[in-house]
Amino acid sequence: MSTAAMAGRAASTTEPLIRFENVSKTYAPRRNGAAVAALHGVDLSVQAGSVLGVIGRSGAGKSTLIRLINGLERPSSGRVLLGDAEISALRERDLRAVRARVGMIFQHFNLLSARSAADNIALPLEIAGWTRAAIRARVTELLRLVGLADQAGRYPAELSGGQKQRIGIARALATGPDVLLSDEATSALDPETTRSILALLRRINRDLGLTIVLITHEMSVIRAVADRVAVIEHGAIVEEGPVFDVFTRPESEVTRSLLVGEMGLSLPPALAARLGDAAHPGATVVLRIAFGDATADTAILARLARETGIDAAILAGTVDEIGGRPFGALTIALPPGPDVEARARACLATHGIESERLGYLPQAREAFRVA
Amino acid sequence: MSPELIRLLVQATLDTLTMVALAASLGTVFGLPLGIFLATSRRGELLAAPFVNAVLGFVVNATRSTPFIILVVAIIPFTRLIAGTSIGTLAATVPLTVAATPFIARLIEAAIREVDQGLVEAARAFGASPFQIIGKVLIPEALPGIVLGLTLAVVSLLGFSAMVGAVGGGGLGDLGIRYGYQRFRPEMMLAVVVVLIVLVQAVQTLGEALARRLNRRIRHA
Repeated sequence: MSTAAMAGRAASTTEPLIRFENVSKTYAPRRNGAAVAALHGVDLSVQAGSVLGVIGRSGAGKSTLIRLINGLERPSSGRVLLGDAEISALRERDLRAVRARVGMIFQHFNLLSARSAADNIALPLEIAGWTRAAIRARVTELLRLVGLADQAGRYPAELSGGQKQRIGIARALATGPDVLLSDEATSALDPETTRSILALLRRINRDLGLTIVLITHEMSVIRAVADRVAVIEHGAIVEEGPVFDVFTRPESEVTRSLLVGEMGLSLPPALAARLGDAAHPGATVVLRIAFGDATADTAILARLARETGIDAAILAGTVDEIGGRPFGALTIALPPGPDVEARARACLATHGIESERLGYLPQAREAFRVA
Repeated sequence: MSPELIRLLVQATLDTLTMVALAASLGTVFGLPLGIFLATSRRGELLAAPFVNAVLGFVVNATRSTPFIILVVAIIPFTRLIAGTSIGTLAATVPLTVAATPFIARLIEAAIREVDQGLVEAARAFGASPFQIIGKVLIPEALPGIVLGLTLAVVSLLGFSAMVGAVGGGGLGDLGIRYGYQRFRPEMMLAVVVVLIVLVQAVQTLGEALARRLNRRIRHA
């Protein structure tokens, strides 16, 4: 077993497998341009056996971040540690041994067109100097693991996108790594294929105890596979925590905007256009309420109506699961009235439900005109 | 045509094929590593050596910009050093090789630069050394392009070989000039041109067929 694995597994509760310590990366300036800071002051750690999702917009620094873990990029300052190996201090020659312990999959698969599926999977094994017989046995095993045992002799041009990524995953797992890096692995795939690839990653994480770091720009990917999520913006981590917590209580604007759509945070456009900050008499208050584990099965709007006499209208919302834990978010409109908002929020609070005022609608909605 | 002229035509064809085959083989032997180096030695690349890259790039350009007929004459001392003589078919192989090497190197460089950088990154991520990347990724992936490049080089060499008659090189071009032009035998000139057309067609067809077979980026039925 590798030193990285031993360091990770022996102390999995206290010592993280991957650590970033105050890592910054600046690219040399282009002609007539300033130096580009890709990352600054990144502190991050990943526990062995967990799945960390790193999300951010394009250009936020995700690619650089993931490439620091296997030394494809070097930090300008700070340290990157994998187990007890300081990746950022190793020479290129020594990095090669470490890289056999870190698999990587790519957005565009990066399979060799001149090699069959089986021979693509064999590549890392050839590089590591395995014997031909050992390679053949291992490749057969890996093809079965990713469900493509019958496609061994096909060339990448003859495979679908999902099949190519499965071959990519088999290739990344060939040398039995402790860590799998996933660089936007599902971004070029259709939604259904994406789901099956993410399910495969999740299974690998569970069955093989593999630590996975994945980067993506889609919250749905994070939600499907990650245990923890780090949100990156302009080269800095703006938020990091368990997926459920970050999804249900996003703290930064960036996280919120990335969650729009995914979490029922977006309002119908016509409504959003009319939403304002001005509180005047007769205006409708718009609230966002969120419920989780403990409160998911509370019939909250019925209780609100019964206990306070306030009839709320649902404007937008979602009720779903994150990592097997129920979660819901509703955007509701309260009828106009002097202390309606205060009474409603107090009632919600007594049932353990958080609420947040999104703004006001200038006119009462149709639903409340009669009331 | 008389049997004598046919014998001359056959001999000239064999001479041309010998010269071109030798020059193309030696040009590949020298041009392949040179082309690979040129394709991988700029700043930030696998075998980064920007200064050596620039120097070799200049030498390659200088050789390629010298008209072939001038090159043949200019390197006569070098030819004599290598072949022992500066006259004859074997001696003519020397300037042909000197001209072919930088040409082939540039064609191979271009084919290798066409390989997706993502594949190089993937190989690095799996712990490959620069030489493993060249041997297992760059050359196999560039192979269809390399074969097309070598096809082009062989066709060009057939053209160049016509000029080596100037140093007693023999071959089809020499036969065409001496018998067809200088001795007013248009049928000989025509025969030479026809043989050359057939040779070029054969080389081109073979090269393209081989490249297509090697190209796995397209589906094969």
